[in-house]
Amino acid sequence: MSQSPCTCNGGGSGNCSKGSKSLDRRSFLRRSGALATGVAALAASLAPLRELTDMGSIDQFLQKHYKELTPAEMEKVLERIRGEVKRQYGLRPDIKDLKPMDGVEFAYCLNLTRCVGCRKCVHACVAENNQSRTPEVQYIRVLKMPQGTFDMERGSHDYAPESVPEKGFFYMPVQCHQCKNPPCVKVCPVKATWTEPDGITVIDYDWCIGCRYCEAACPYFARRFNFSTPEIPKEKINPDMSYLGNRPRPKGVMEKCHFCLQRTRAGRYPACLEVCPTGSRKFGNVLDPASEVSQILREKRVFVLKEEVGTLPRFFYYFDV
Amino acid sequence: MIRFIRNYLVFLTRCARLMFDGDWRYYLWVGALAAVSLVGLNAYCRQAVHGLAVTGMTDQVSWGVYIANFTFLVGVAAAAVMLVIPVYIYKNEELHDLVIFGELLAVAAIIMCLAFVTVDLGRPERFLHMIPGIGKFNFPGSMLSWDVVVLNGYLVLNVHICGYLIYSRYNNRKPAKWFYIPFVFVAIIWAFSIHTVTAFLYVGLGGRPFWNSAIVGPRFIASAFTSGPALIILALQVIRRVTDYHVPHKALLTLRSIVQVAMVINVFLLANEVFKEFYTDSLHVASARYLFLGLHGHHALVPWIWTAIGLNLSALVILLMPASRSLRWLDLACVMAIVGIWIEKGMGLVIPGFIPSPLGEIVEYAPTLNETLVCFGIWAFGLLCYTFFLRMAVPVLQGRVNKSNEAGQPVAALSPVPDAPRA
Repeated sequence: MSQSPCTCNGGGSGNCSKGSKSLDRRSFLRRSGALATGVAALAASLAPLRELTDMGSIDQFLQKHYKELTPAEMEKVLERIRGEVKRQYGLRPDIKDLKPMDGVEFAYCLNLTRCVGCRKCVHACVAENNQSRTPEVQYIRVLKMPQGTFDMERGSHDYAPESVPEKGFFYMPVQCHQCKNPPCVKVCPVKATWTEPDGITVIDYDWCIGCRYCEAACPYFARRFNFSTPEIPKEKINPDMSYLGNRPRPKGVMEKCHFCLQRTRAGRYPACLEVCPTGSRKFGNVLDPASEVSQILREKRVFVLKEEVGTLPRFFYYFDV
Repeated sequence: MIRFIRNYLVFLTRCARLMFDGDWRYYLWVGALAAVSLVGLNAYCRQAVHGLAVTGMTDQVSWGVYIANFTFLVGVAAAAVMLVIPVYIYKNEELHDLVIFGELLAVAAIIMCLAFVTVDLGRPERFLHMIPGIGKFNFPGSMLSWDVVVLNGYLVLNVHICGYLIYSRYNNRKPAKWFYIPFVFVAIIWAFSIHTVTAFLYVGLGGRPFWNSAIVGPRFIASAFTSGPALIILALQVIRRVTDYHVPHKALLTLRSIVQVAMVINVFLLANEVFKEFYTDSLHVASARYLFLGLHGHHALVPWIWTAIGLNLSALVILLMPASRSLRWLDLACVMAIVGIWIEKGMGLVIPGFIPSPLGEIVEYAPTLNETLVCFGIWAFGLLCYTFFLRMAVPVLQGRVNKSNEAGQPVAALSPVPDAPRA
């Protein structure tokens, strides 16, 4: 094109008259050719979207924030979730929206003298809370620490001896500390995570945009992201569910420990506590002076992890002796 | 009113037509960028289907090259003010018309920033949750919501300023000062704010000692005012070569002094950071040690950061020498500075913040092929946008496309003019 003595895009003066018609047609053909190629290339590059099967429903897309749902709207949402779980896992779950109880603020105490690092809590948690099995998402991380240090860089995350405990080590399970001053809540750009009156920091899985800022902010590595669609075998699903708790999560959102709120808000203990063979885990209401946790906080040598970051955890560690 | 709308539509249509006007070299360039953009789009579609599992990110290293590129590009966008300040505050006339090219670069950079943030989201379709009124915007609590406000605000400001100046030139009218000068001054402050707020995203996290340092903000500004003007120096030379737009040599030298000073400050601040980390030698040095020396046998980032430091120091030396008054040396220094700062700010700042994890675990990160393709796609798309912006702006600014020649077809040359002024 550019060698032609009379082109409309070569000279810059625009005074070509001879043969401009044929040029118009040529440039028209060229443009429509380019356009057609462009559209075809665009379609080809969008092709992987045909495999997109786990798109949320329109209802879910238009759903309001948890705190703005009326009870009737919440019932509709729960009905939608029942239908989705039924379709995907073949059973109708008993899902509720359990609210915090009045006069209750939960706290967790973990006895480092007793914990033997068996990781039963880790797996009980996965089973109770419908976490993805492939890839496996775990809320509790147990560190094997050499005695004489709290430098976690010296701890081991993937210890696998014949039997535990090993001499010269202590074991420190870490999960969400349900902070009073939670950095994760502060940084969330859409208020998809917040602290409930009973002290549990929850996530609305239908509101989270998956930016993972909370995951960067958490000093306890407590938050997990669904990098792919969670996979749970049908027979492993726990049908006892709560909206802010253990209902199945979609891909692309955050999740974390919520003190098993589907159990604890119904007066039961968290799954990790029930399974612990050593009785290292204590859970209860700090507002009740007679509760076991209140007693531990009064009488034992208690500390919190990373006190210097100012998060004010509701998760305490203590020693017996 | 109706006449104004009609006029404006004619202006937009003519600008849009200009996008498709050019010689074979232009078509080749645009076609190549479009192709790479589509490859990136294809990779992003795969990510949309399979989730962020197709990236190298993990729960331990939960941000990767997407956020690294985002951080770098916010700096590029902010650097547009380095052209604006000399013109509007110091009345440096050499740079006057070039301001628009800088601001157009800022617009393209912000578009890339928004794209990089979007591809990083797990549920991008829920972006509505961020829109005040419809969603639940955590403002002023979350630094990320501040970032959304300042980036979009900066985009609007720059689109307005460039759009208005170009449209005025099209109409052969002198732009009304009240309609753009106040915005120019707001944009200057705003440019500092976009990069400061982006630094605060990291600085505000008490659980990440590597980022929780007051010097990150100033370092971001210094590195941005190095890499941004360096990029503009290169862009202006490309403009000078492929169009017959006159870019005075003195303008490039003004930018050179900006890059020079900013690079000195940038290297100085980096040295401060390194001193504080290694001389103190507390447990908090772990991330810095991982970055510079490797930690417990893991050293994926060590070659990166030393490459960056090598490039930055070499660029600094070249810039300080009189030799960099010649374009060949200046270009070399600019390329080195851009690459060096991209590494230092991207891989060198975002990734080591996550290593070791808050529980002392070392999980290394490397971008996957799919992730890399998405990045290339976004860069190509941004360059494509910038190419189109220049393609529209240059003929209008030269007065070749204006209201008086409306009836005719768009007329403009893109072919190099052999006797165009050269350095």
